[in-house]
Amino acid sequence: MWTGVRFLPERASTMAGQVDALLLFLVVVCVFFAGLIFVLVTIFAIKYRRRSADEKPRPIHGSLGLELIWTIIPLALAMVMFGWGAWVYISLSTPPADAMEIFVVGKQWMWKLQHPDGHREINELHVPVGRTVKLTMTSEDVIHSFFVPAFRIKKDVVPGRYTTAWFQATKAGEYRLFCAQYCGTSHADMVGRIVVMEPSAYEAWLRGGGMIESPAEAGARLFQQFGCIGCHLPDGKGRAPSLVGLFGKKVTLTTKQTVIADEAYIHESIVDPQAKVVAGYAPIMPTFKGLINEDGLAQIIAYIKSLGTDQKAKAE
Amino acid sequence: MSTAAGEGRTNYLNAASSVKSWLLTVDHKRIAILYLVSITFFFLLGSIFAGMVRVNLLSPYGDLLQAATYNKMFTMHGITMIFFFLIPSIPAVLGNFLVPIMIGARDLAFPRINLLSWYIYVVGGLFTLTAGVLGGVDTGWTFYTPYSSTYSNTNVMLTAVGVFITGFSSILTGLNFIVTIHKMRAPGMTWSRLPLFIWAQYATSLIMVLGTPVLAITVALVALERGLHIGIFDPALGGDPILFQHLFWFYSHPAVYIMILPSMGVISELIACFSRKRIFGYGFVASSSLAIAVLGFLVWGHHMFVSGQSVYAGLIFSLLSFLVAIPSAIKVFNWTATMYKGSISFEAPMLYAFGFIGLFTIGGLTGLFLANLGTDVHLHDTYFVVAHFHYIMVGGAIMGFLGGLHFWWPKMTGRMYPATLARAAALILFVGFNLTFFPQFILGFLGMPRRYHVYPPEFQVLNVLSTAGASILGLGYFLAFIYLLWSLKYGAVAEANPWGAVGLEWEIPSPPPTDNFDKTPVVTHEAYAYDEVQPHAAPEVSRV
Repeated sequence: MWTGVRFLPERASTMAGQVDALLLFLVVVCVFFAGLIFVLVTIFAIKYRRRSADEKPRPIHGSLGLELIWTIIPLALAMVMFGWGAWVYISLSTPPADAMEIFVVGKQWMWKLQHPDGHREINELHVPVGRTVKLTMTSEDVIHSFFVPAFRIKKDVVPGRYTTAWFQATKAGEYRLFCAQYCGTSHADMVGRIVVMEPSAYEAWLRGGGMIESPAEAGARLFQQFGCIGCHLPDGKGRAPSLVGLFGKKVTLTTKQTVIADEAYIHESIVDPQAKVVAGYAPIMPTFKGLINEDGLAQIIAYIKSLGTDQKAKAE
Repeated sequence: MSTAAGEGRTNYLNAASSVKSWLLTVDHKRIAILYLVSITFFFLLGSIFAGMVRVNLLSPYGDLLQAATYNKMFTMHGITMIFFFLIPSIPAVLGNFLVPIMIGARDLAFPRINLLSWYIYVVGGLFTLTAGVLGGVDTGWTFYTPYSSTYSNTNVMLTAVGVFITGFSSILTGLNFIVTIHKMRAPGMTWSRLPLFIWAQYATSLIMVLGTPVLAITVALVALERGLHIGIFDPALGGDPILFQHLFWFYSHPAVYIMILPSMGVISELIACFSRKRIFGYGFVASSSLAIAVLGFLVWGHHMFVSGQSVYAGLIFSLLSFLVAIPSAIKVFNWTATMYKGSISFEAPMLYAFGFIGLFTIGGLTGLFLANLGTDVHLHDTYFVVAHFHYIMVGGAIMGFLGGLHFWWPKMTGRMYPATLARAAALILFVGFNLTFFPQFILGFLGMPRRYHVYPPEFQVLNVLSTAGASILGLGYFLAFIYLLWSLKYGAVAEANPWGAVGLEWEIPSPPPTDNFDKTPVVTHEAYAYDEVQPHAAPEVSRV
């Protein structure tokens, strides 16, 4: 599959066809205009070539009508391109609900991926065909970019924040995964593959790993281990707010501002606890920056999610 | 006014010959020559880096260079070509030489500042060269954080200082042009009579003056974070890496227009001269330069559609990016219309103009794929982007620069170059360029990421084609370099107006005297009045 010359990339996700249709439209419009200019320049160059040294062509100052035509027609076409592109982009940026969530960490120079049941992979991701997969991604060091050409998806993986991307694979096979954002010496080696399997084969593959701790279970363990549980009592009577049902909820801060308790907020509250303190609590939490790595942070977030989410707030 | 240039006549070149007379000159024409020599040096250097990149990519396994070396090569290729060749190329060489002459002035408004800007450029260049000699830099010309500010262990600081310093040379050149064009036009040289080359230089100067300080600030912030660990961009220090991208592209996208607008100005001059026609729709071509300069400041976010910036920001930046495409389209249509019922001759400069129209059209149209949100997600950071911006910066900017250089070479040096060789070089460059960069559009669409030292084997055939093209391209540049050098000594002596062009620069001897004009000219015609003005030295002698 990976040998031989080809001029079209493989098309293996539900969005790939939509992106290609738009791309084809652009190609047709552009070939038309490039062809038009090429033909006109060639015809003029031949027809009006200088035949004698003292030729003096009649001047033409311009034509408002023509200027309007070649401003308005390209502008109208450009607006069609923009609108169509915006529609595709919004689809690419909006994962459908009930997606299977994969957690991705980029670091120099490898991809670490974790399945909802706890399976971990490096530079490889096994997914079932026909299932929507949402990627929640962050980086441990510099900016990377998760790029799967066959799915037509790409999203930067940025330290200090979570970015998301999604795809639904349409046919089984192996597809290349690239890091598309230059990330240092071995950037070109930060590659991998996405293995798309029939659902039954995927189930078998999952079972092959034996019993594995899920991210939420691992998170619960870390929650104990780092002593978080000492203050964040589930009944809300501790020195810190209860985390039950927190995820996706609107939280009021000491500054009277409100913030949605999403992945980014929880992440920040662990590594920089003083940044956004919940109203009614003292800023006493120590930072855990450098003590818990990105995997661990993701697991703690998974644990907090497992304590109940506020679906209504999240849907907004 | 005199028409032919006698060998013995005093001109700006033979007025004095000591090294000091060159290094301390305040003559805008001599400063243009100083710039020409320096940017040629950096162009050769940048070409060597590019050659290393292309040869390494002959094989998918990166057999020639180690990864770290390869990364330094493409980084230094970009930094050298952009900051030390393309940005100064047309403004500092052709602009310096021609802006005062074309508007009927004896020099720029601030001749000493003009010389200062060359020295600043040289000092910036020396810093960057030193960084190269000490082991180079590997951040990519884009210096993305936190890689550049925290993780790279190469000579980021020295390079950043070099880029920072060189920026001031651009600012001073821009300032000088703006003041000169406002205050020093000859009597009768109204705004609506300005040659389009001047309009383009004016628009470019606005970007240089308004945009470059932001680059300086950005680079300084990277240096602060790297040197003093002040958290600005690195999230580990409390910073935001996306902020860097906003600041960087706020300058660096308009910088693309610093590179292409002057070329557009050159092309207007060439097409008018070699069609013997007024430019069709002068007002539209002139104001489209200003429209590009203004809109160009509002589109930086199209470099960040997959960076994690908000969807709404993406929508607005995409819309504005489509708008900035329109003035470029207007220019291309007007140039084409100018040829209609003209008297077209195929001198070497005109061949470059044809090349420019073809390559810039492709470069501009492929930009639509990247302004488009839906397709950019797939194409971003792939070879499609590399191909697109080389069509603009090499196919557009360098073709324009070479076209202009061949057009005004007789004026600048007083010599003609061999016309047949020059036509051959233009053709070779056109073929070599397309063979180098067209395959990269396909590579990008197939998904080959840029800045890859090794790559999957299915991409090899197209990469080999690209490298083959690059060697043809190199041959074309080499040929032009050789016959231009040769012409300095052996070329036929140029007349004042070898092309039968109209414009003040063609009414004074080749090469011009130090003071340009014996007495201040009075302008009575619009630019390109080929129908009204009999060119002073109609080409009665056949042109080589």
